[in-house]
Amino acid sequence: MTVMQILFLLIGLVTLAASVMVVSTRNMVRAALYLIVTLFGVAVLYVLLNAGFFAVVQVVIYIGAISILFIFAVMLTRDVTGLQAAAFNRTWLLAAFLALVLFGGLFLALQGWSGFETVPPAFTDDTPTIRDLGLALVSPDGYVIPFEVASVLLVAAMIGAIYVAWGRK
Amino acid sequence: MIPLSWYLILAAAMFCVGLYGVLARRNAIAILLGIELMLNAVNINVVAFWRYLNPENIAGQAFALIVFAVAAAEVAVGLALIIALYRRRNTIVAEEIDLLKW
Repeated sequence: MTVMQILFLLIGLVTLAASVMVVSTRNMVRAALYLIVTLFGVAVLYVLLNAGFFAVVQVVIYIGAISILFIFAVMLTRDVTGLQAAAFNRTWLLAAFLALVLFGGLFLALQGWSGFETVPPAFTDDTPTIRDLGLALVSPDGYVIPFEVASVLLVAAMIGAIYVAWGRK
Repeated sequence: MIPLSWYLILAAAMFCVGLYGVLARRNAIAILLGIELMLNAVNINVVAFWRYLNPENIAGQAFALIVFAVAAAEVAVGLALIIALYRRRNTIVAEEIDLLKW
Protein backbone atom coordinates (compact mmCIF):
# COMPACT_ATOMS: atom_id res chain seq x y z
CA MET A 1 0.00 0.00 0.00
CA THR A 2 1.43 3.34 -0.98
CA VAL A 3 1.30 6.59 0.98
CA MET A 4 -1.35 7.93 -1.40
CA GLN A 5 -3.62 4.97 -0.74
CA ILE A 6 -3.31 5.32 3.03
CA LEU A 7 -4.02 9.04 2.67
CA PHE A 8 -7.08 8.30 0.54
CA LEU A 9 -8.41 5.78 3.05
CA LEU A 10 -7.97 8.23 5.94
CA ILE A 11 -9.65 11.09 4.07
CA GLY A 12 -12.40 8.83 2.81
CA LEU A 13 -13.10 7.53 6.29
CA VAL A 14 -13.27 11.04 7.78
CA THR A 15 -15.50 12.24 4.93
CA LEU A 16 -17.90 9.31 5.22
CA ALA A 17 -18.05 9.46 9.02
CA ALA A 18 -18.78 13.20 8.91
CA SER A 19 -21.48 12.70 6.27
CA VAL A 20 -23.11 10.02 8.43
CA MET A 21 -23.05 12.49 11.33
CA VAL A 22 -24.68 15.14 9.09
CA VAL A 23 -27.74 12.96 8.59
CA SER A 24 -27.87 11.47 12.09
CA THR A 25 -27.21 14.27 14.58
CA ARG A 26 -30.24 15.97 16.13
CA ASN A 27 -28.60 19.34 16.60
CA MET A 28 -28.86 21.25 13.30
CA VAL A 29 -25.89 23.54 14.01
CA ARG A 30 -23.73 20.47 14.54
CA ALA A 31 -25.08 18.96 11.32
CA ALA A 32 -24.02 22.09 9.43
CA LEU A 33 -20.55 21.96 11.05
CA TYR A 34 -20.19 18.27 10.14
CA LEU A 35 -21.15 19.24 6.59
CA ILE A 36 -18.13 21.56 6.57
CA VAL A 37 -15.89 18.61 7.58
CA THR A 38 -17.36 16.55 4.74
CA LEU A 39 -16.81 19.35 2.24
CA PHE A 40 -13.18 19.72 3.36
CA GLY A 41 -12.70 15.98 2.81
CA VAL A 42 -14.10 16.29 -0.70
CA ALA A 43 -11.73 19.22 -1.36
CA VAL A 44 -8.79 17.01 -0.34
CA LEU A 45 -10.09 14.31 -2.69
CA TYR A 46 -10.00 16.86 -5.52
CA VAL A 47 -6.36 17.54 -4.68
CA LEU A 48 -5.65 13.79 -4.84
CA LEU A 49 -7.34 13.80 -8.27
CA ASN A 50 -4.98 16.54 -9.53
CA ALA A 51 -7.89 18.97 -9.77
CA GLY A 52 -6.45 21.78 -7.64
CA PHE A 53 -8.80 24.37 -9.12
CA PHE A 54 -11.80 22.41 -7.93
CA ALA A 55 -10.32 22.07 -4.46
CA VAL A 56 -10.08 25.87 -4.26
CA VAL A 57 -13.58 26.33 -5.70
CA GLN A 58 -14.90 23.78 -3.19
CA VAL A 59 -13.38 25.67 -0.27
CA VAL A 60 -14.46 29.11 -1.50
CA ILE A 61 -18.00 28.32 -2.70
CA TYR A 62 -19.10 25.36 -0.58
CA ILE A 63 -17.33 26.05 2.69
CA GLY A 64 -17.12 29.83 2.37
CA ALA A 65 -20.61 30.54 1.07
CA ILE A 66 -23.03 27.62 1.13
CA SER A 67 -22.29 26.31 4.63
CA ILE A 68 -22.44 29.85 6.04
CA LEU A 69 -25.85 30.20 4.37
CA PHE A 70 -26.91 26.94 6.03
CA ILE A 71 -25.75 28.12 9.45
CA PHE A 72 -27.67 31.39 9.01
CA ALA A 73 -30.81 29.51 8.00
CA VAL A 74 -30.48 27.24 11.04
CA MET A 75 -30.14 30.27 13.31
CA LEU A 76 -33.13 32.05 11.72
CA THR A 77 -35.39 29.03 12.18
CA ARG A 78 -34.22 27.91 15.57
CA ASP A 79 -36.12 25.85 18.14
CA VAL A 80 -38.73 24.46 15.80
CA THR A 81 -37.39 20.96 15.76
CA GLY A 82 -35.95 21.21 19.23
CA LEU A 83 -33.78 18.53 20.71
CA GLN A 84 -36.86 16.85 22.18
CA ALA A 85 -38.76 16.53 18.91
CA ALA A 86 -38.12 13.49 16.74
CA ALA A 87 -35.39 14.11 14.18
CA PHE A 88 -36.56 11.30 11.88
CA ASN A 89 -39.94 10.59 10.37
CA ARG A 90 -41.86 7.34 10.76
CA THR A 91 -40.46 5.76 7.61
CA TRP A 92 -36.79 6.18 8.48
CA LEU A 93 -36.21 2.42 8.57
CA LEU A 94 -37.57 2.07 5.06
CA ALA A 95 -35.33 4.98 4.00
CA ALA A 96 -32.26 3.29 5.50
CA PHE A 97 -33.19 0.06 3.76
CA LEU A 98 -33.61 1.88 0.42
CA ALA A 99 -30.24 3.62 0.79
CA LEU A 100 -28.53 0.29 1.57
CA VAL A 101 -30.20 -1.42 -1.39
CA LEU A 102 -29.13 1.43 -3.68
CA PHE A 103 -25.54 1.17 -2.44
CA GLY A 104 -25.52 -2.59 -2.97
CA GLY A 105 -27.00 -2.19 -6.45
CA LEU A 106 -24.47 0.48 -7.41
CA PHE A 107 -21.63 -1.66 -6.06
CA LEU A 108 -22.72 -4.74 -8.00
CA ALA A 109 -23.31 -2.75 -11.18
CA LEU A 110 -19.89 -1.10 -10.95
CA GLN A 111 -18.12 -4.40 -10.21
CA GLY A 112 -19.28 -5.82 -13.51
CA TRP A 113 -17.81 -2.86 -15.39
CA SER A 114 -14.44 -3.40 -17.05
CA GLY A 115 -13.00 0.02 -16.17
CA PHE A 116 -13.53 -0.49 -12.46
CA GLU A 117 -9.86 -0.98 -11.56
CA THR A 118 -8.40 1.62 -13.94
CA VAL A 119 -5.35 3.49 -12.72
CA PRO A 120 -4.95 7.12 -13.77
CA PRO A 121 -3.01 7.82 -16.97
CA ALA A 122 0.06 10.01 -16.60
CA PHE A 123 -0.30 13.67 -17.51
CA THR A 124 0.99 14.62 -20.95
CA ASP A 125 1.45 17.95 -22.69
CA ASP A 126 -2.14 17.67 -23.94
CA THR A 127 -3.55 17.62 -20.42
CA PRO A 128 -5.66 20.77 -20.03
CA THR A 129 -4.59 23.40 -17.53
CA ILE A 130 -6.75 25.98 -15.77
CA ARG A 131 -6.06 28.31 -18.70
CA ASP A 132 -7.55 25.77 -21.10
CA LEU A 133 -10.59 25.40 -18.85
CA GLY A 134 -11.14 29.18 -18.79
CA LEU A 135 -10.76 29.45 -22.56
CA ALA A 136 -13.10 26.51 -23.14
CA LEU A 137 -15.78 28.11 -20.95
CA VAL A 138 -15.91 31.29 -23.07
CA SER A 139 -15.11 29.99 -26.54
CA PRO A 140 -17.98 29.41 -28.99
CA ASP A 141 -16.48 26.01 -29.89
CA GLY A 142 -16.43 25.06 -26.25
CA TYR A 143 -18.91 25.52 -23.46
CA VAL A 144 -20.04 29.13 -23.78
CA ILE A 145 -23.75 28.22 -23.93
CA PRO A 146 -23.77 26.08 -20.75
CA PHE A 147 -21.66 28.78 -19.11
CA GLU A 148 -24.11 31.55 -20.02
CA VAL A 149 -27.10 29.42 -19.05
CA ALA A 150 -25.46 28.84 -15.66
CA SER A 151 -25.01 32.60 -15.20
CA VAL A 152 -28.64 33.26 -16.10
CA LEU A 153 -29.66 30.50 -13.69
CA LEU A 154 -27.62 32.10 -10.91
CA VAL A 155 -29.16 35.53 -11.52
CA ALA A 156 -32.66 34.04 -11.63
CA ALA A 157 -31.99 32.10 -8.42
CA MET A 158 -30.69 35.25 -6.73
CA ILE A 159 -33.71 37.35 -7.73
CA GLY A 160 -36.06 34.51 -6.83
CA ALA A 161 -34.44 34.00 -3.42
CA ILE A 162 -34.69 37.72 -2.61
CA TYR A 163 -38.32 37.84 -3.74
CA VAL A 164 -39.36 34.72 -1.83
CA ALA A 165 -37.59 35.63 1.41
CA TRP A 166 -38.66 39.29 1.35
CA GLY A 167 -40.68 40.11 4.45
CA ARG A 168 -44.13 41.38 3.44
CA LYS A 169 -46.65 42.79 5.84
CA MET B 1 -1.76 4.56 -7.35
CA ILE B 2 -5.37 4.73 -6.19
CA PRO B 3 -7.69 2.67 -8.40
CA LEU B 4 -10.79 4.36 -9.82
CA SER B 5 -12.99 1.93 -7.91
CA TRP B 6 -12.12 3.51 -4.56
CA TYR B 7 -13.43 6.88 -5.64
CA LEU B 8 -16.55 5.34 -7.14
CA ILE B 9 -17.34 3.33 -4.00
CA LEU B 10 -16.75 6.34 -1.74
CA ALA B 11 -18.99 8.51 -3.93
CA ALA B 12 -21.70 5.81 -4.00
CA ALA B 13 -21.60 5.53 -0.21
CA MET B 14 -21.80 9.31 0.20
CA PHE B 15 -24.72 9.48 -2.24
CA CYS B 16 -26.59 6.81 -0.29
CA VAL B 17 -25.96 8.58 3.02
CA GLY B 18 -27.35 11.77 1.45
CA LEU B 19 -30.36 9.87 0.11
CA TYR B 20 -31.06 8.52 3.59
CA GLY B 21 -30.87 12.07 4.96
CA VAL B 22 -33.32 13.34 2.34
CA LEU B 23 -35.81 10.52 2.95
CA ALA B 24 -35.61 10.21 6.73
CA ARG B 25 -35.12 13.68 8.22
CA ARG B 26 -38.06 15.84 9.31
CA ASN B 27 -36.29 19.20 9.36
CA ALA B 28 -36.39 20.82 5.91
CA ILE B 29 -32.88 22.25 6.34
CA ALA B 30 -31.59 18.74 7.10
CA ILE B 31 -33.18 17.58 3.84
CA LEU B 32 -31.24 20.29 1.98
CA LEU B 33 -28.05 19.12 3.74
CA GLY B 34 -28.72 15.63 2.37
CA ILE B 35 -29.12 17.06 -1.13
CA GLU B 36 -25.76 18.80 -0.74
CA LEU B 37 -24.13 15.48 0.16
CA MET B 38 -25.63 13.87 -2.94
CA LEU B 39 -24.43 16.70 -5.22
CA ASN B 40 -20.91 16.42 -3.76
CA ALA B 41 -20.86 12.67 -4.36
CA VAL B 42 -21.84 13.23 -7.99
CA ASN B 43 -19.10 15.83 -8.37
CA ILE B 44 -16.46 13.42 -7.00
CA ASN B 45 -17.59 10.95 -9.65
CA VAL B 46 -17.42 13.51 -12.46
CA VAL B 47 -13.92 14.69 -11.54
CA ALA B 48 -12.69 11.10 -10.97
CA PHE B 49 -13.97 10.00 -14.38
CA TRP B 50 -12.29 13.01 -15.98
CA ARG B 51 -8.97 12.18 -14.33
CA TYR B 52 -8.99 8.44 -14.92
CA LEU B 53 -10.64 7.95 -18.28
CA ASN B 54 -10.05 11.02 -20.41
CA PRO B 55 -7.86 13.78 -18.92
CA GLU B 56 -7.27 15.35 -22.36
CA ASN B 57 -10.96 16.21 -22.63
CA ILE B 58 -11.92 19.40 -20.78
CA ALA B 59 -15.62 18.39 -20.75
CA GLY B 60 -15.29 16.65 -17.39
CA GLN B 61 -14.09 19.81 -15.67
CA ALA B 62 -16.65 22.03 -17.41
CA PHE B 63 -19.40 19.63 -16.32
CA ALA B 64 -18.22 19.73 -12.69
CA LEU B 65 -18.22 23.55 -12.73
CA ILE B 66 -21.83 23.63 -13.97
CA VAL B 67 -22.78 21.26 -11.13
CA PHE B 68 -21.22 23.75 -8.68
CA ALA B 69 -23.29 26.62 -10.11
CA VAL B 70 -26.52 24.60 -10.00
CA ALA B 71 -25.82 23.55 -6.39
CA ALA B 72 -25.31 27.18 -5.35
CA ALA B 73 -28.57 28.25 -7.04
CA GLU B 74 -30.46 25.33 -5.48
CA VAL B 75 -29.29 26.16 -1.97
CA ALA B 76 -30.12 29.88 -2.31
CA VAL B 77 -33.68 29.23 -3.46
CA GLY B 78 -34.23 26.33 -1.05
CA LEU B 79 -33.16 28.28 2.02
CA ALA B 80 -35.18 31.32 0.94
CA LEU B 81 -38.26 29.09 0.66
CA ILE B 82 -37.60 27.62 4.11
CA ILE B 83 -37.19 31.07 5.70
CA ALA B 84 -40.35 32.37 4.01
CA LEU B 85 -42.20 29.29 5.21
CA TYR B 86 -40.94 29.74 8.76
CA ARG B 87 -42.17 33.34 8.76
CA ARG B 88 -45.67 32.43 7.65
CA ARG B 89 -46.36 29.09 9.27
CA ASN B 90 -43.75 28.96 12.03
CA THR B 91 -42.64 25.46 11.10
CA ILE B 92 -39.96 23.85 8.96
CA VAL B 93 -40.97 20.27 9.68
CA ALA B 94 -41.47 18.67 6.28
CA GLU B 95 -44.61 16.69 7.12
CA GLU B 96 -46.43 19.73 8.52
CA ILE B 97 -46.00 21.58 5.23
CA ASP B 98 -49.01 19.98 3.58
CA LEU B 99 -50.95 22.88 2.05
CA LEU B 100 -50.65 21.39 -1.44
CA LYS B 101 -51.34 17.86 -0.27
CA TRP B 102 -54.52 16.31 -1.56
